[in-house]
Amino acid sequence: MSSLYELRCRECGKRFPAQPLSMCDDCFSPLEVAFDLSAAKQTFTREAIARGPWSMWRYRALLPVPQDFVPNTPSGMTPLLPAPRLAERIGAKNLYLKNDAVCLPTLSFKDRVVSVALAAAKGFGFDTVGCSSTGNLANAVAAQAVRLGLKTCILVPADLEAAKILNTLVYGATLVRIDGNYDHVNRLSSQIAERFNWGFVNVNLRPYYSEGSKTMGYEIAEQLGWRLPDNVVVPMAGGSLITKIRKAFHELTELGLVEPKPVRFFGAQATGCSPISQAVKRGSEQIEPQRPQTIARSLAIGNPADGPYAARLIRESGGWAEDVSDVEIVSAIQELAETEGIFTETAGGVTTAVTARLYAHGRITPDELTVVAITGNGLKTTDVLDGKFERQPAIRPRIGDFEAYLEEVGSRVPEGAYAR
Amino acid sequence: MPVKVLLPNAFQKHTEGVREIQSKAENLPQLLVELETSFPALKQHLRDGDGKIRRFINFYVNDEDIRFLGEDKYAFQDGDEVLVIPSIAGGSAGLAACCSYSGSENCLCDD
Repeated sequence: MSSLYELRCRECGKRFPAQPLSMCDDCFSPLEVAFDLSAAKQTFTREAIARGPWSMWRYRALLPVPQDFVPNTPSGMTPLLPAPRLAERIGAKNLYLKNDAVCLPTLSFKDRVVSVALAAAKGFGFDTVGCSSTGNLANAVAAQAVRLGLKTCILVPADLEAAKILNTLVYGATLVRIDGNYDHVNRLSSQIAERFNWGFVNVNLRPYYSEGSKTMGYEIAEQLGWRLPDNVVVPMAGGSLITKIRKAFHELTELGLVEPKPVRFFGAQATGCSPISQAVKRGSEQIEPQRPQTIARSLAIGNPADGPYAARLIRESGGWAEDVSDVEIVSAIQELAETEGIFTETAGGVTTAVTARLYAHGRITPDELTVVAITGNGLKTTDVLDGKFERQPAIRPRIGDFEAYLEEVGSRVPEGAYAR
Repeated sequence: MPVKVLLPNAFQKHTEGVREIQSKAENLPQLLVELETSFPALKQHLRDGDGKIRRFINFYVNDEDIRFLGEDKYAFQDGDEVLVIPSIAGGSAGLAACCSYSGSENCLCDD
């Protein structure tokens, strides 16, 4: 390998030098980035990583970005939190949350993939970048493009949550609403990327983009003290994240940074858009596309590009996939907030509800070290909680009114409340 | 009843640069035969070792995935626009992917 990385066809193995290309011209299968791991052994060590910045860029030796690229956004390195209260509620004893609801700069794990994709875009000389998005990706591209001086063209389904549209437009992005679902938007993006010389992060830059997801896997291992968990539970839209966490664990094992260990991978979807979990339950890798119908719009991809790979890895790892209803998603959003103080968006509700079911069904046993990926922030999907909380009546600013109010709502005035 | 068929850039290497054809095919199987007859170089790239259309190649009629319309059974209508688009994945999982980046001698797939 002349460079530290190249592109390789996932199916036929044909190799290509690094370029903005996502598809093999021989068998029309997806390309992925392959690193020269033997060369990385010198640079990708625990010590070198510890000396790096407190962000995903501490792992840049295994990210496909130009050597001279200077990152200016500290994405990643989000908290890995023990979750004892949620664990008690769902029958777990060794549960952790990887909280990308607070990933910078736009509060979802998409900041990771966009960081890598836009670094590659700069290297390839694109002046305009774009994406097809269910919302979080749009936010991330819009914000980070500003910081790198790139123009944008972002395509979203017309029915996207208002907050996600606002969180894209505020950065001055060019946003095009498409009358269709994500799969329609994605298809149009493929055509646009062929006609315009733009860097579409999830089309012609996709091999680079998806490598950014590996950083969530690296961080989980490092934050656990350089060891792998027994299980991970990951939400699935296109199916890329779960496959890249596995790739990260493999690379760490290959490079000797963690002890080899079989990790089981569990995938989470909403029942209203569950092509990957249905394939896993059928015992198949064949994805049957669906027309999405769920409030979890960030996971509403009916024809997931990485679906076959995700289904295969889940089965091979001894894991499982589950899907949950919209009612369960909303309940789980509230449960996570009430137990662990984390307000996640619908995708996190999906993952939390699926995790609870995996314990309830005995697919994960209580003592196993299990990490749940929370990938987005609840402030972006507040619409699903409309009507969940009554508007409280206002009271006069008087202590007597306050005490009367507490009695009215059934709260007891706490003992010792009256100071002597 | 001609239909317009739009081919992706990735096909052009095997179609001598042709990006768009008019076809008289009545359904998807006929269209595939026509493509392979018109562009013999495309055939080996379109199908896998078992002769099946490669799984990453998608066909859309107007705005709809042909799998929602009955796939092979769908009868093309006059004026239909057929889009051929390979799906774009960036995944990495399973035996082939693992060995392709870690080298088969170091493969951990059987863990």
